[in-house]
Formats: sequence, structure tokens, C-alpha cells
Amino acid sequence: MTLVAFALVLWGFGWWLNTRLAEGPRSGTRAIRLAIPLIFGATILVVWELVVRGLEVPLVILPAPSLIAARVAGSLPILWADFVQTFVKGALSGYLIGCGAAFLMAVAVDRSEFLRLGLLPVGNFVAALPIVGTAPILVMWFGFDWQSKAAVVVVMVFFPMLVNTVAGLRETTAMQRDLMETYAASYWQSFFKLRLPAAMPFIFNGLKISTTLALIGAIVAEFFGSPTLGMGFRISTSVGQLALDMVWAEIVVAALAGTLFYGLVALIEHHVTFWHPSQRR
Amino acid sequence: MRQMLAVLTVVATLIGLWYLACIPMNMQGVLVEAERAGAEVSPPDAAVRREMGGVSLALRNGFAVPATWAQERPRLPAPHQVAVELWDTTVMKKITSKRSLVYHGWVTLSATLLGFGIGTVLGVLLAVGIVHSRVMDMSVMPWAIVSQTIPIIALAPMIIVVLYSVGVQGIIPKAVISAYLSFFPVVVGMVKGLRSPDAMQLDLLRTYSASKGETFWKLRLPASMPYLFASLKIGIAASLVGAIVGELPTGAVSGLGARLLAGSYYGQTVQIWSALFGAAILAACLVGLLGLIEKTVLKRMGMA
Repeated sequence: MTLVAFALVLWGFGWWLNTRLAEGPRSGTRAIRLAIPLIFGATILVVWELVVRGLEVPLVILPAPSLIAARVAGSLPILWADFVQTFVKGALSGYLIGCGAAFLMAVAVDRSEFLRLGLLPVGNFVAALPIVGTAPILVMWFGFDWQSKAAVVVVMVFFPMLVNTVAGLRETTAMQRDLMETYAASYWQSFFKLRLPAAMPFIFNGLKISTTLALIGAIVAEFFGSPTLGMGFRISTSVGQLALDMVWAEIVVAALAGTLFYGLVALIEHHVTFWHPSQRR
Repeated sequence: MRQMLAVLTVVATLIGLWYLACIPMNMQGVLVEAERAGAEVSPPDAAVRREMGGVSLALRNGFAVPATWAQERPRLPAPHQVAVELWDTTVMKKITSKRSLVYHGWVTLSATLLGFGIGTVLGVLLAVGIVHSRVMDMSVMPWAIVSQTIPIIALAPMIIVVLYSVGVQGIIPKAVISAYLSFFPVVVGMVKGLRSPDAMQLDLLRTYSASKGETFWKLRLPASMPYLFASLKIGIAASLVGAIVGELPTGAVSGLGARLLAGSYYGQTVQIWSALFGAAILAACLVGLLGLIEKTVLKRMGMA
């Protein structure tokens, strides 16, 4: 019980510290902006640890963070193999194929006003559907290995990417297009010099949405059948064995992979679309 | 009008492609059946056929093409088969029957709506807190944004098992997952919305000497409505996905996710496709309904 009381005190202290920092004179500086969420996160972790130990919560319900960390450190080879299977083979290859196909499709569609008119509503509609549901079908077609996961990812990322790219390629104004015309630019010249750069913010928006979708697709597809390896497989079997520390370890890996993947795409975006108002400092 | 025509053309093309795709996908199975029934099949050797692609088989066995659209358990069911199955399992069955898609859809829908309600209320409350408290903004908001990049759905199996071990089962675990998935889009959208009034408008309320509460009810909340609806539409789609995925890991017996799972275990492809389209129709209805509410509300508020 003392541990729980201590946790409450610590929570209060963390909150008080953050309040002081946030309302202090230097709250706008970069260091403070970074420190506050970190303190908040650390407080939650410590409070979680103390409450779990204090109340002796069984492992089946909620393992302590220290246990999860120990599990992550202790089973790095397994986690790495799962990561390669699900993320590199399944999610990443599907992401590249899906986004690439959607981009090419968008470029093709963009040449025809009629196609664009018809495809945009359909694409928007499909992008809102629960496409993960295609996972059992694709697992049936492509087998249990990573190919079926990549296929699910392709289907999931295709429409958000398509809709965003098509919308982006429309982003130029008549004045800009007229300027290219006066330069006697060919279709592809004006495409590469004007419309593609103008579309980049939209394309990256699609790419960023797709990063999360790719990981979700690859993990959920493994619930429908996979080789004895992979993050989704490990999660579903560990849940069955009530080894919740392993589940949490996989979730940590998934969270890290998702955040880093997103961060990487955002970083590339920052360098490619440095001219866009949202990227300026 | 032109748009309608264009959409219809695209949809018709997609359905046409679907019918075409059925031919090579189902050819192998059809030829095996045809051979058993005593028809002349080329090449006659089954082992040779297995090595061949669906397209070349279809070219050599033109007579079997219609059969690829009428198989019992095709690899890819034809659109009309799915449509017939959908019609049979929704309109022709009693809605209380275990085979009725309406029954399964309702199981999933109730979890979705409960979770969506919880997620939305909590999300709006947190957004209000974030807008009014600088500490909350600076400590919680970065995590809310980061959490959007995390495949939260990986938590689904665990949440179900954990809640089961503390004695909670049925609709609640699925609703928790739905709530969790709709929570973050609502928080992020609502914070944006509550912050959307510009300095001029806020200053005006200040000259009226409006209190914080009055500013909230008379300016911030009305101004946030377009943002709220945009994120509600994302949230409800995510909720539905959450409820469906929540049905997978426990081997639930009812719900659209359970239909998907059972179909994939027993090779009932038509059932999978009909469950999938059931889910799609449900999602479309939910998003469409929200769009309708959005239109009416914004119109009455004079914003649309």
C-alpha cells in the first residue's frame, strides 16, 4: 500500500513540476517543450511500476514496465526475427508496391478528366471502408508467408495514396499552368517541373497515412494465419499462453517501428517540401 | 450528372474486371470438377494442369468459362454470387437467425456505436482540458500525436484477454477497442477545432468581458463543429475496424469479424466476401449518416 501512496505522491510531484515548467518564464523554449512530455511519460511509467507492485497485479492482467523491459532485452533475437518478418518483408514491401502502384495510377488517371471525376469519389469511399477485412481472402490466395501480408498492405495503402496523389496533382493554379504553356513546356516537362513538386505535400500526406496502415495491415493479416514467426503471430500466440510480457514487448517494438517509420517519412517530407508554409520554421 | 456518369463508368469497369479476374482464378477448380463430370479437358493430365497458369488454361478450355462464375466454393466468387449471398443472408433470413448477416452486423454495430460514443465523449473532454490547460497541452498532446503513428490495433487481442481475465466479456471488450481507436482522431481534431477561433474573435469576446465558460460555449464550441465532424467520420470508420478486429482473436461466434474468421477456417469464400461487403455497407452507412448530420447541423448553424 505504501508503494501505491508513493505513486500518488510521485504523480502529484510530476504534475506540479510540469505545471511549474509550463507556466514558468521559459516555457516556450525548445528544451522545456521537449522536457514536459518526457517528464509526463516517465511519471506514467514509474507510477505504473509502483501501482503494479504495490497492488500485486497479476502478470496476466498487467505486467510492470521493468518486466516488459527485461523481456525486450531478453528476447532480442526473437523480436528481431519477428520484426524482419512482419515489418521488412510484409509491411515495407507492401508499402512500396502499394504506394508506387497508386502513384503510377494517379499519374495515368490525371490525364483524363473523366476518369478523375469517376475515380475520386470511388477512391474516397473505398478509403473509408474496413479493408483489413480482405486479410482472410488474401491469406487464402497468397499463402501464409509474407507475400499475403504484403498483399494486404498493398490493398490497404492503395486508395488513400491514390486519392491524395490525384488531389495533389490538381493543386496548380491556372496561372501557373498558363506560365508553363507560354514556355512551350511539353506535358512531361510541366509535370516534372510544376505539377509534381506542387503535389508533393499531398503525396507525403498520403505516404504518412499509409505508414500506420501498412503496419496495421501486416499485423492483422497474421491473425489469419502465418508462419511461426512475425509480430502478429507472436502477439496472438502469447496472448493464448497468457505471456503478457511478451505481448507488451511486441507492442513496444510495433510502437517504435511505427513511430520511426512515420518519423522517417516526415523527415524526407521536410527535405523535399521545404518550400511549403507548414515546413517553414 | 457528368460526375454520376463517371462514377458509374468506373464502378462498371471495376465489376467487369472482377468478372474477368474470376476466370483465371477459378479455372483450376472448375476443370477438376469438369473432368470428374466426364468432360473433355485439355491438357488431360491433372499434374500438368497444376503447373499451368489460369489464363492459358482458360484459353484452352473456353467451354468452362461460365462455370467459373457459378462454383460452390470459388477462390474468387463472382459479384452476383456475393450479391445473392448478401440478399439471402439479410432479407431472406429472420434477423434473429444465427445465419443472418443482419444479426451479425448488429452485434458488431452495437459494439462499434458503444465504443464510438465512449471514445468521442472522452476525446472531447480531453480536448477541452488540453485547450484550457497549458500543462495538459504540453504534456499530453505530443503523446496523442505520437500515438497516431502506432498500430494500436496490435493491442486488441491483449485487451480482450485482459478484460476476460478480470471477468468482463461480451460487448465491453470490443467497445473498449473501438473507443480506443476513435479516441485519438477525435482529440486531435477537436483540439484543432477549439483553437480555430482567431485572435480577433477572441478579442471581441474579451471586450464583452466574457468569462472562460462563456467564450467556450459561445465561440470555441460552435467554431469547432466542422473539425469535430471531420474527425468523427474518421473515428467511426476506425471504430468499426476496431470492433471487427476485436472479434478475431477470441474466436467470437457472432459478429462480422467472426463471420470472416469462420469463413476463412472453412474455406467459405462467398461467406467471407458477403461479410466483407456487409462491413463495407455498414461503414458507408455510418459515414454517410454522419455526413448527413453534419450537413444539417452546419446548415442550422449557418456554416455550410
